[in-house]
Amino acid sequence: MLKPSLLATSLLAASSLFSTSYVLAQDEVNVYSYRQAFLVEPLFAEFTKQTGVKVNVVFAKAGLIERLEQEGKHTPADLLLTTDIGHLEEAMEKGVLQPVQDEVLEEHIPAHLRDPEGRWFALTTRARVIYASKERVPEGEVQSYEDLADPKWQGRICTRKGDHPYNIALIASMIAHHGEEDAKAWLSALKSNLAQKPQGNDRAQVKAIKEGVCDLAIGNSYYYGKMLENPEQQAWAQAVNLVYPNQQDRGTHMNISGVGMTLGAPHKEAALQLMRFLSDTKAQGMYAEVNYETPVKADVPASELVASWGEFKADTLPLHEIAAQRKAAAQLVNKVEFNH
Amino acid sequence: MAQTLGLKAYFRLGIQAKMHIHWGVSAWVIALLVLLPILAVFGLALWPQDENIWPHLWETVLGHYISTTLMLMLGVGLLSACIGVSTAWLTSLYEFPGRRIFEWALLLPFAMPAYVIAYVYTDLLEYAGSVQTYLRTVFAWQSPHDYWFPPIRSLGGAIAMLTLVLYPYVFMLARAAFLEQSPSLRDASRLLGCSAWGSFWRISLPIARPAIAVGLALVLMETLNDFGTVDYFAVRTLTAGLYDVWLNMGNLSGAAQIAVVMLVFVLTLMGLENFARRKQKMFSRQDGFRASARIPLQGSKAMWASLLCTLPLTLGFLIPFALLARHAWVYFDVSWTPTFFSHAWNSFYLSSLAAILALVLGVLLAYGKRLVPHPALQVGVRCAGLGYAMPGAVLAVGVMIPFSRFDHALDAWMQASFGISTGLVLSGTLVTLIFAYLVRFLAVAIGSLDSSLAKVTPSMDMAARSLGCQPKEVLWRVHLPLIRPGLLTAGLVVFVDCMKELPATLILRPFGFDTLATHVYQYASDELLEESALAALVIVLVGILPVILISRAIVGQRRT
Repeated sequence: MLKPSLLATSLLAASSLFSTSYVLAQDEVNVYSYRQAFLVEPLFAEFTKQTGVKVNVVFAKAGLIERLEQEGKHTPADLLLTTDIGHLEEAMEKGVLQPVQDEVLEEHIPAHLRDPEGRWFALTTRARVIYASKERVPEGEVQSYEDLADPKWQGRICTRKGDHPYNIALIASMIAHHGEEDAKAWLSALKSNLAQKPQGNDRAQVKAIKEGVCDLAIGNSYYYGKMLENPEQQAWAQAVNLVYPNQQDRGTHMNISGVGMTLGAPHKEAALQLMRFLSDTKAQGMYAEVNYETPVKADVPASELVASWGEFKADTLPLHEIAAQRKAAAQLVNKVEFNH
Repeated sequence: MAQTLGLKAYFRLGIQAKMHIHWGVSAWVIALLVLLPILAVFGLALWPQDENIWPHLWETVLGHYISTTLMLMLGVGLLSACIGVSTAWLTSLYEFPGRRIFEWALLLPFAMPAYVIAYVYTDLLEYAGSVQTYLRTVFAWQSPHDYWFPPIRSLGGAIAMLTLVLYPYVFMLARAAFLEQSPSLRDASRLLGCSAWGSFWRISLPIARPAIAVGLALVLMETLNDFGTVDYFAVRTLTAGLYDVWLNMGNLSGAAQIAVVMLVFVLTLMGLENFARRKQKMFSRQDGFRASARIPLQGSKAMWASLLCTLPLTLGFLIPFALLARHAWVYFDVSWTPTFFSHAWNSFYLSSLAAILALVLGVLLAYGKRLVPHPALQVGVRCAGLGYAMPGAVLAVGVMIPFSRFDHALDAWMQASFGISTGLVLSGTLVTLIFAYLVRFLAVAIGSLDSSLAKVTPSMDMAARSLGCQPKEVLWRVHLPLIRPGLLTAGLVVFVDCMKELPATLILRPFGFDTLATHVYQYASDELLEESALAALVIVLVGILPVILISRAIVGQRRT
């Protein structure tokens, strides 16, 4: 049988066998990503082609910040990549990100899209828009998020779950603009306008419009482009108009995908190189062309397709205010029983 | 033959001689090691860093979470028990067309991850799916308002999906129990005037009850901590709420508290079951009985038996497998990557290693518990299986904590003593991941081994010991050969569970390390079923290979 001491020794031996040597190698960057690896791999491949630096990724939708917290200063990860402001702010609050002061990054990324101390930087922005049925919703009939609360839409709206980060951020922005009471009334009215229990992802909502389950849906803008390029989903996208909400007042709610450098980053230089690359013209262009997201670098144009949807005004509410209301937003979702 | 013996009295002699004390101690140490991550989660729950989440939950969604969770567990539990026990009963006692195939094929749905089957059936049964589209063309319905069709994304849908992939737990354990039962008992009951039903209800079922309870406990725990299916179907269970509290409210302590409440719930359930059969003890003598001839079923009875066995097999395996295969074929170009073999290899060797380790630890624990019936050890072994009742992502955080404490302490000590920084030695390596698998799936191994071992009569121990065997020789030469089917079953289940495991693998894996499951998840999490079909298919294929081999080995052994 295995004696405990033997067990411990064999575990140690096994670990030296497994434990990876990349920690010391300098031609690599390690990334924890809340974003699916296949979406960012083309960018990393291009980076490796240019610099010879290899990028290693661990993707998960939960627990990466906790992993950073546990690993502390010895973490093998250099960068944290996220798809929403919430995770970046949370990582910052937990103290697992380090400030990066870099002129190149500051030149690429406008001030309102990065932490003043440089603990996180936005890489792309994405608008949360309203999709309206071409057949059943006359143009101009819906113009703002607030319109979604109008009783005339009863049984005609679809959305994904209220506790998805994208919806949480939207609700947080409503709280930031209107206060919690009004936001609650809005969310509650929106809830009573839903055609079905919140379910599926953003694309599924557009599909539901195509099928006649509902007439309006809330979704991120880049899915429109993604669906148009997919032969099976083209018809869904063609059934809807993309409406940028609140053009008459504060502008459309924006979220970001972004990056921050970890506190213990072992390959600091290579990591900074990657951050610069991601915010530079080439990568920003790829974000725009491949993923239909809006580049943060001012001189990089949106993709032709995105540009064809027209200019729009973006909400300039500081991102940290959205992040600050995140918890309240999540609780509001429960209070109005949005998901039931 | 079932017989009751003064087991405790016999073993107490052993304790007095202090002969087994090292068995007890090592079992305790293993149990404690495996318990560390769970204790870490308890630590998070009991010394919260974040605000108290309960008033908010209490006022809003808690009641809904609890009632949904209970209904889900009740539904999955009842259905799995019915399907598992009835098919196990039929295949082990009767002869009907297809019986020899059903014997192993009924295990196949087990290789299907629940989230995959949920995607497949949604694709098939939702409004835009082929079934409803076909109905609309046939009946000329225009819109969803023209007719009613059961919504797949619902509590009922979740119950159906989870039942289809989880009933094999019950089937597997119930079948082993039915096969191990001495046919003379049933013969006696029939001679004494019991009908076939009466004999089933009054003899076979009660004797198989411990095994069925183990299978059902596994089903219920798996149901309780499922996230993939309920998330996709938007069914608000406690686990879904836990993720919301953790990820959206940034309240890890609150999430840990919910996990602890769920654990307590499971413990109560298991305690009740044990209490209910506290006076039962059953041993079977394996030496005297021959495998009884199966009773041939004729005519409509045979047809019904075949049909009953075909149903779960078709719904749980054939249909989803066919749909996955179709997607994999059509979308082969987009989903094929050259890294596929390395993903498959990673999945395979990690799962094998975890299964072997789980068997070794499981045997030590189960045998230690048999040798030393001290209450502390009984509790320890029971607790070692608790990881199974905890959502994988929370458990992953619990696993990280002791490893990182150890690494940081080692680093500090090495710094202080030798001026060398060792950094993270274990955290972020495959050791962490395999350990997580063990913590998560040891319950499965212990459950199966324990119920097999419990059926070996103590007179075996006594005979072997009086012939001069040491306890470890008794284990090696007597028990292990006797419980070989139980061993194989335990290894198989742990292997397949590890192949499918997702949340802990995602969080704990090293850089650049992908398994088939994580590869599927990349796409599946974006609801891109087509792109993930090929990898999902490979998970199933790699998973069914050992299912078939091992279940044939078990069946083969019974025949000899």
